[in-house]
Amino acid sequence: MLTAKEELYNKISATDFAIYDLVLFLDSHPQNVKATELLSAYRKQRESLINDYEQKYGDYITHVKDVKADNPWSWIDGPWPWEGTSDK
Amino acid sequence: MWQYDKRLQYPIKIKNPNPKYAQIIISQYGGPDGELGASMRYLTQRYSMPYNEVKGMLTDIGTEELAHMEMVCAMVHQLTRNLSEDEIKGTPFATYFVDHTVGVYPVAASGTPWTATYIQSKGDILADLHEDLAAEQKARVTYDNLIRLIDDPDILDPLKFLREREIVHYQRFGEALRLTTDRLDSKNFYAFNPSFDKCKKQ
Repeated sequence: MLTAKEELYNKISATDFAIYDLVLFLDSHPQNVKATELLSAYRKQRESLINDYEQKYGDYITHVKDVKADNPWSWIDGPWPWEGTSDK
Repeated sequence: MWQYDKRLQYPIKIKNPNPKYAQIIISQYGGPDGELGASMRYLTQRYSMPYNEVKGMLTDIGTEELAHMEMVCAMVHQLTRNLSEDEIKGTPFATYFVDHTVGVYPVAASGTPWTATYIQSKGDILADLHEDLAAEQKARVTYDNLIRLIDDPDILDPLKFLREREIVHYQRFGEALRLTTDRLDSKNFYAFNPSFDKCKKQ
């Protein structure tokens, strides 16, 4: 069973995937208006899901640029993605 | 340049280690149709591509293949965690264990280490795109074969995701081939190589 936190995390991941797949579609269909509109809609959805996540569970961080310059340096905190024990 | 996202493209959480499954799944890391070859093939072919749509596609698919490589390695890692000697003895994983312990190393299921001879960068858009289309189909068949041999849902779920991606990439490369043939000189349809011949004409 997934926790509510994992479920929300997976929803953000699914949105990221939709964004990526639209980007790839646009590479070969650069004039497609429907795809660019859909891309903007998914980007908005992603932003609101991340706001929701951060209100409930704290920082949503996948990228080192988003790590606050805090001490100790939290970027190295595990588990790392391949370890399969985190919600990532 | 590249920047790392600290997450997998699709979640992998395998509860039961299984060295036999690890030994066959590793082929999609370092085998002839694996994800290491896929990412190197596309990222390498970009430099001689004449069209922006195809440069974009090779960059984005090549990058996604790096993420798939990470997923395959994550599966191998999770399948070989906390094994006892007895769980390894007498399995097909034992020969791998002798050479690499449980480190993840790019080899085919049949034991051959990864080699650049699995890929080609021909500097010709038609030759390269046909190679890419074939590569996606070969990778899809490899996932089909793995899905036939494995019955753990924790592994089948990400394998099915990866198989789907081969199909989507095949579609995109098909579109790239179509928009390329639309632009080729009709009098010189097969021999014309826009990445090379355009330089000589200037």
